[in-house]
Amino acid sequence: MNAHVDKVRSRGFAMRNRWQNMPPQVRWVALAALIIFLYLLPNRWFYINLWYFRTMESDMATVLFETSFFVLLAVGLNVVVGFAGLLDLGYFGFFAVGAYTVALLTSPESRFGVEWPWLAAVPVAIAVTMLSGVILGGPTLRLRGDYLAIVTLGFAEMIRLYAARNEGIANGQRGIPQIPHPVPEIKGSDGQPWFGVVDARPYYWLTLTIIIFVILGVRNLTRSRVGRAWVAIREDEDAAQIMGVPTFKYKLWAFAIGAAVGGLSGALFAGKQSFINSDSFQLTNSILVLAAVILGGAGNIYGAVIGAFITWYLPEWVRGIGGVIGLDINVAEYRILIFGAVLIVMMIFRPQGILPSRRRAAEFADRREAAAPTEASA
Amino acid sequence: MRQKLARAFGGIAIAALVFGGAACQAGDDDGDDGGSGSNAACGMKIGFFGALTGDAAGLGIHMRNGTKLAIDQYNKDNADCTAEIVEYDSQGDPAKAPALATQAVSDQKVIAIIGPAFSGESEVADPIFQSGNLPTITPSATRPSLSTKGWSVFHRGVGNDESQGPAAGRYIKNVLKAEKVYVVDDQSAYGAGLADEVKKVIGTPVGEDKVQVKQTNFSAVVTKIRNSGATALFYGGYYTEAGLLLKQLKGAGWQGTMIAGDGVNDANFITVAGQQNAEGTILTCPCAPATSAKGTFVTDYKAAFDNAEPGTYADVSYDITKIVLEGLKDGKATRADMLSWIKAYNKAGAATGVTYKFEGNGELDPTQVIVWAFKVQAGKVVPDVEIPKA
Amino acid sequence: MDFDGLLRDFPDLTTTGLEQGAIYALVALGYTLVYGVLRLINFAHSEVFMIGTVAALGTWQAMGYNQNSSVNGVGLTLLLLLVGVAAAVAASTLTAVAVERVAYRPLRRRNAPPLAFLITAIGASFVLFEAVGLFSDNLGIGGERGPFGMVRPFKPAELFSIGGWTITNTQLLTVLSAIGMLIALDLFVNRSRMGRGIRAVAQDPDTAALMGVNKDRVILLVFVLGGIMAGVAALLWNVTYAFSRFDVGFLIGLKAFSAAVLGGIGNLRGALAGGLLLGLVENYASGLFGGEWKDFTGFVVLIVLLMFRPTGLLGESLGRARA
Repeated sequence: MNAHVDKVRSRGFAMRNRWQNMPPQVRWVALAALIIFLYLLPNRWFYINLWYFRTMESDMATVLFETSFFVLLAVGLNVVVGFAGLLDLGYFGFFAVGAYTVALLTSPESRFGVEWPWLAAVPVAIAVTMLSGVILGGPTLRLRGDYLAIVTLGFAEMIRLYAARNEGIANGQRGIPQIPHPVPEIKGSDGQPWFGVVDARPYYWLTLTIIIFVILGVRNLTRSRVGRAWVAIREDEDAAQIMGVPTFKYKLWAFAIGAAVGGLSGALFAGKQSFINSDSFQLTNSILVLAAVILGGAGNIYGAVIGAFITWYLPEWVRGIGGVIGLDINVAEYRILIFGAVLIVMMIFRPQGILPSRRRAAEFADRREAAAPTEASA
Repeated sequence: MRQKLARAFGGIAIAALVFGGAACQAGDDDGDDGGSGSNAACGMKIGFFGALTGDAAGLGIHMRNGTKLAIDQYNKDNADCTAEIVEYDSQGDPAKAPALATQAVSDQKVIAIIGPAFSGESEVADPIFQSGNLPTITPSATRPSLSTKGWSVFHRGVGNDESQGPAAGRYIKNVLKAEKVYVVDDQSAYGAGLADEVKKVIGTPVGEDKVQVKQTNFSAVVTKIRNSGATALFYGGYYTEAGLLLKQLKGAGWQGTMIAGDGVNDANFITVAGQQNAEGTILTCPCAPATSAKGTFVTDYKAAFDNAEPGTYADVSYDITKIVLEGLKDGKATRADMLSWIKAYNKAGAATGVTYKFEGNGELDPTQVIVWAFKVQAGKVVPDVEIPKA
Repeated sequence: MDFDGLLRDFPDLTTTGLEQGAIYALVALGYTLVYGVLRLINFAHSEVFMIGTVAALGTWQAMGYNQNSSVNGVGLTLLLLLVGVAAAVAASTLTAVAVERVAYRPLRRRNAPPLAFLITAIGASFVLFEAVGLFSDNLGIGGERGPFGMVRPFKPAELFSIGGWTITNTQLLTVLSAIGMLIALDLFVNRSRMGRGIRAVAQDPDTAALMGVNKDRVILLVFVLGGIMAGVAALLWNVTYAFSRFDVGFLIGLKAFSAAVLGGIGNLRGALAGGLLLGLVENYASGLFGGEWKDFTGFVVLIVLLMFRPTGLLGESLGRARA
């Protein structure tokens, strides 16, 4: 068993090394091809040729949009959980704060009644979410590991319970409808606003563009002093502090950045969905994003992307395939069940995720070796 | 170096081939098979939007059955030019509504929506239907404010809570003669609205409280109700929470009567609350009993659905679906045409006997509105009496 | 702020609060034991409780009693109670052990970081409650994700009142059972040999192993004890509220965990104190502010505690207070 696992592992490393060793031109071309592919994807004339890889039953563009904002969330949570090593169980709360801010500022139904255009509300949403990340992080980041997880969970639930009372500005379960779509001034070819109700493609493209920028930004961050500080904090916080790393400040940074990305994702979602209510704060959503990040490989941006893609796209795809075969499989209903199982299995066999960061993989290998003596005797 | 360059070019060439091939192939576009030839519009879809699974499914299922019955009968009589039902299961949850509504709007074959069944999801889905100009007739969403938003696609096949609420209040005052009434609502668009209307008639209740949809532990509310000495409890909300609340109330020794609205008016309420606990509960509905529907509706319904009794609003759903079907038969193949057809409609429904005529804001003609009180007796919901207007 | 309401309802809120708190306390014992020995928040413990409730009601239903049955006669009542407690305890314990074997033990073997344990715990919790929620229809206990009604072994009735304070039979049973179970557990952990093993592993696992304590056996024992406590709590829940649901565990679990922290995580008596106190505080808050604030208060208590006094009221001490 161990020999086999080691062989698979080394093959994985070998593939990775080959990729790194290819000349940069090849890597650039491949990346560009991938990006073009992603942009072309939601067009019907394109994906219809993808044989059975597309979603058969649901609208592909809509599923792609939902996957893309889930990917954005995963990238954001990856900063908090993967890079800084802070287990945040209430991440979806930031998404909800961003969406609610946009809703409150733009919808004619909100109690504020200010009715800004969507584009103006987005930066405010990001700012508010960052602020909430700092407010949440401030008192709680002094806690370690498990306690931090429970407190973030508690905070998220508290916000949900507060929002669920319909007397407040959040309007509870009835929510805030009629959030305007982004930029109604841009008109499509038929004179209707390009960001309309029916076509999900513009939203997908917008989110895709944002994802690319965010990934670039986060990547740069991880290669900077901030990123190195995060690694130090994750590996041994006390040692880092002794070495002069201002751990609290950088942990707060991680929280704030993660929150900002989450809020941005929420703003995008609100613009498409045109409705938000307190159910968005539910814990299961936070757990799904966490599962996606862990599944893909916490600490690796592309791992998070892959994890998110699998978490969201796959159930929809399976449902479509089921429809083609004639079976009525609604995998989406079993989604949480499957992901609970996936989490357990992943933690046992591949806790570093599908596409782990090099460092993480090394950490896990070290720990495994440390345990090896007892394993041999068991 | 040359090898690597060659590999790079090879990669580009393959990529180009793939994309070129993909782009060259003109994608298959779903041809529009619009009805050609005969006068009637063929192959169109009528959507049913409501809770078919989940805590409030009991209500949605009966309405969907009414719609299905109408469509199936139509298809039997018009075998060469049929209509199709499309089900949008929102679970009564406003959070699920937008995605489904968007789906309905983008499907050009969907010519009308029966629903949304609940007021909360209507608040969310109707703006989307409006933007797609997709006509809707709801058999059950009773929140009064829905007709004030200026949605031309909105139509209501029953009276709203401005009739139901006060009627329930009058029943509490005149028939039950309850002095101390406690009011609880579930903060939903429907429940809160209905509770507000009831309070306008009964005056200040001896106490009020709010619960949540999907709440299961009502011990705090139960304590307050018991200690307030209330002999009647009005609950604005849906049957699962109502049932659990009543069960816990009776478990704590409360002897009073619960009165609730159409959202609780379903056989599942008795299952959740327990037969003994539910006995004597009063349920209102801005509808006549579906089990006394006219014509062959009841027998047809039982024959089609496994001998089940038609539930609340099944007959309304049947009649309003027939409005749309008659429009199809008359050749209305576009949403705009169907919308004008509905607005101009003025005929009596076969099952309910109500004359369907919609006002400018989509409300049913006020002279046609009736409110009935039902009672839970011996484990079943039976009609009690029609509540007179004021 | 409804002070009049609070004063008027004070006796009722107190007795109901103690009743609810006793159930929290029993579930909290499970959390505190596992945390004391393994330093792991056993997220799945809430589902252990929920499965206990489902097992009891399923057994009653298999015997032919559902929510519309009436129970006459003390003999039948006792029978239902005994069968219920046996079923609940068996199911809860089995579930707890299964989770330990399937989810936690492999991780311990691989020396996984604490993050991995927590994530696995979350995964196990999800699997359990989703399974119950999705398959409850097939099991015949209720609609998919719907509430489960069940028979009441005895009708809740007032036992006696002392000057405005009424005490019902369910309240008495629940509180006394919780106290009784705590005393039993306390004696076991402090007096018996196996209990010494538990305390040893809690204090220092490696030294305990060196001294001849079988770590795996102790860990198994801890989960079994937690399961027993949860099973009893599940039966009391059934008797008091007569309903259950697939998601009933989540909130109870979180509040029980708060209670454990409130009393001092790792401290058995702290779990009882914490549970009762939390039950009271929640009820008073709902009397004062309104029913919809009840759960909110629970979370506020948890967060404030974790931030300002993570060692809790009575301090950590399964082995000894740890840094």
